[in-house]
Amino acid sequence: MDFAFTDEQMMIAETAKAFFSENATSERTRAAMAGDGIDHALWQAFCTELGLSGIGIPESAGGAGLGLVELAIIAEAAGAQVAALPMLGSLALCAQAIVAGGSADQQASHLPALLSGETIAGYAHDAALKADGNALTGAAGFVAHGGAAGLFVVTSNTGAWLIAADAPGVTVTPLTTMDQTRPFARVTLNSAQGEPLANPAEAIAAAHRAGFVTVAAEGLGVAQAALDRTVAYARERVQFGRAIGSFQAYKHRLADMVVEIEQARSAVYWAACAVDEGSDEAALAVHAAKSFAADTAFKCAGDMIQLHGGIGFTWEHDAHLYFKRARSLQSMLGSGNWHREQVAAMILGEAA
Amino acid sequence: MRLGFTQSEEQFRAECADWLNAQMAGEFADIRGITTLTEKAERRKEWEQHLGAHGWSCIGWPKEWGGRGATLAEQVIFAEEYARAGVPGRVNHIGIELAGPTLLALGTEEQKRRFLPDIAAGKTIFCQGFSEPGAGSDLASVRTKARLEGNEWVVEGQKIWTSLAHISDWIFVVARSEEGSKGPKGLTFLMMEIDQPGIEIRPIKQINGDAEFNETFFDGARCPADSLIGAVGDGWRVAMTLLSFERGVSTLGQQMAFRNELDGIIAAAKANGTASDPLIRQRIARAEIGLQLMRYGAMRMLSNTDHSKVDGAALTYKIQWATWRRNLGELAMDVLGQAGEVTGSPEYEWGMLPNLFLYSRADTIYGGTNQIQRNLIAERGLGMPREPRGDA
Ligand SMILES: Cc1cc2nc3c(=O)[nH]c(=O)nc-3n(C[C@H](O)[C@H](O)[C@H](O)COP(=O)(O)OP(=O)(O)OC[C@H]3O[C@@H](n4cnc5c(N)ncnc54)[C@H](O)[C@@H]3O)c2cc1C
Repeated sequence: MDFAFTDEQMMIAETAKAFFSENATSERTRAAMAGDGIDHALWQAFCTELGLSGIGIPESAGGAGLGLVELAIIAEAAGAQVAALPMLGSLALCAQAIVAGGSADQQASHLPALLSGETIAGYAHDAALKADGNALTGAAGFVAHGGAAGLFVVTSNTGAWLIAADAPGVTVTPLTTMDQTRPFARVTLNSAQGEPLANPAEAIAAAHRAGFVTVAAEGLGVAQAALDRTVAYARERVQFGRAIGSFQAYKHRLADMVVEIEQARSAVYWAACAVDEGSDEAALAVHAAKSFAADTAFKCAGDMIQLHGGIGFTWEHDAHLYFKRARSLQSMLGSGNWHREQVAAMILGEAA
Repeated sequence: MRLGFTQSEEQFRAECADWLNAQMAGEFADIRGITTLTEKAERRKEWEQHLGAHGWSCIGWPKEWGGRGATLAEQVIFAEEYARAGVPGRVNHIGIELAGPTLLALGTEEQKRRFLPDIAAGKTIFCQGFSEPGAGSDLASVRTKARLEGNEWVVEGQKIWTSLAHISDWIFVVARSEEGSKGPKGLTFLMMEIDQPGIEIRPIKQINGDAEFNETFFDGARCPADSLIGAVGDGWRVAMTLLSFERGVSTLGQQMAFRNELDGIIAAAKANGTASDPLIRQRIARAEIGLQLMRYGAMRMLSNTDHSKVDGAALTYKIQWATWRRNLGELAMDVLGQAGEVTGSPEYEWGMLPNLFLYSRADTIYGGTNQIQRNLIAERGLGMPREPRGDA
């Protein structure tokens, strides 16, 4: 039992933090927001120069090895800058699904392009998907970065398929989305021919685990950054002849943010580590982490606006980027209430 | 980063569990499952001595002082198995968790020899004389006076909220030893024997009907001139060192007691049907998640070996668990409904869950109130300006 980062993990954290704070600047993120919500140059640098895209993917599948702890470290750093990257869809959801549920051939033909950044993948889930053999009909309403995707992993509750964005019968409609750093698209399938993943149950389970943990880790990064920026402002802004950070009502609100963030940090790395170690606790931990860290992100981002006053409500200030990202973290891949109900079912049995 | 335990640690777990379960099934069956601090105090002192005699009292201490030199993981395991076996809380909590570690850190060799083996053996029970009627959150404004008279300190004044003073052998006292000094300067940290004419103890009844804490009066109370930790006038630093030990391994044992309470709520909710109420389900899930995060927060805090930086997990731990437990008490009553507001006892004695509801109101007060915790987090953790002091 040792719940502290190893030297290697510390190094990855420093590398990722430096990379995102230098490159995922507000200016570049805003340029991406005006387009498809992706800073393509940043994504290229992330995948090829830094080679961080292979983390959490086994070396046998062309990845860099390591696990969800390291993936979470990177997602935390990306979240802290609200980086406009397709990491969640391409790597956490789709690549993990292909690694866990794809045949060796499927891995070999799809993973390299995902890891090099050449192809962006989107995860499209439709519980009511109709599969006539492998001819798929249905729709997924909110596919993150779906407008930029060349490949989709399409799932129903039991099946999982690969399908190219330009395949016949596939319609992708980009949607104007509140969080412009991760816009959604509606993906409609009309008898589109999917390539079934060899082991769909494994694919879905792996995508969920990695997706929940990645969303949670991003939320942790968002929350910590919201706090750090607010603390900096609290030092410099003066009202009533004193720094606003000297008012107790203000200090206590900052302290409450810290209390939530510390728990979110425990949640994220507990969940990531439990999955990596194959612990019995993993199933509960990923739901705990997703619901807790996303709520923490939202609380802190909301407080960031309040504690900045009027400037925090402007388009120019970055507070709204955190706020909007936090909102989408709460609702994507299952609401907080849904995740907590999964926890309740584990300890109380199914709802009557 | 690794959460699991090794094979030999799991073996140690089995050894702890076997021994503890055997004691709770045998000689000490009568104290199994007690949840208040005061019930059967005399038997629980015997239990302290039994633990000491078998080397299970202070396993993290060095062997020479009555410990086992146990590793962190082993201490975690023992704390968990202790509570899992239904063993009641340690009546010498203050001695083993606070006074002992403070002596280990700041005591002289002579003092270590004098006190540590007896604390570990359950023969010296300590209580904590910090708070006064005029000095609670603002501990540095204590007024109890100590003056040297020949070979002895003579102490005059009053302490309050002294938990378990009525069953303790020794009390440590933060007293003003420099006439006219103010605030944290001029304080001395004394250790005094309680059984003497100059000390009087009067119980104070609490909202749950129990009387765990007391008023402690000092009227010409005496102790030898060398019965102090640190130097004369250095009492503030000693007191702060002592308080830093409140976030030790004992937190994990405490959490197992919380686990028993949450399990009690889950059982009650299943029994009376509230387990199917979606709002109650959400709250139980939140409580479960909060308890897990407390466990892993404590693991992070204990795993942290870099003491050069402020440790956020340690700084937030008190307010985290206290607030969690207060919410748990409210959840317990909402699950029980009105049945929770009556007791079968004619004595105003409460079962585990109603008592949790009442007692948890103290958790957010003692050991630094939630407001004081927030001040500390903002000031020490975030470097925000400190609260201004008044002149009064
Ligand atoms: C069950 C129990 C057991 C205890 N056991 C012991 C013991 O064994 N030994 C011992 O020495 N003491 C003990 N205490 C005392 C405990 O440490 C004090 O009660 C606590 O420190 C608060 O002090 P106070 O009661 O004087 O409240 P006060 O300090 O008067 O506080 C009253 C209110 O004012 C608020 N307040 C005070 N200062 C500030 C500030 N700067 N900013 C914002 N709000 C502020 C507080 O949060 C609180 O809400 C115990 C208390 C309890 C309830």
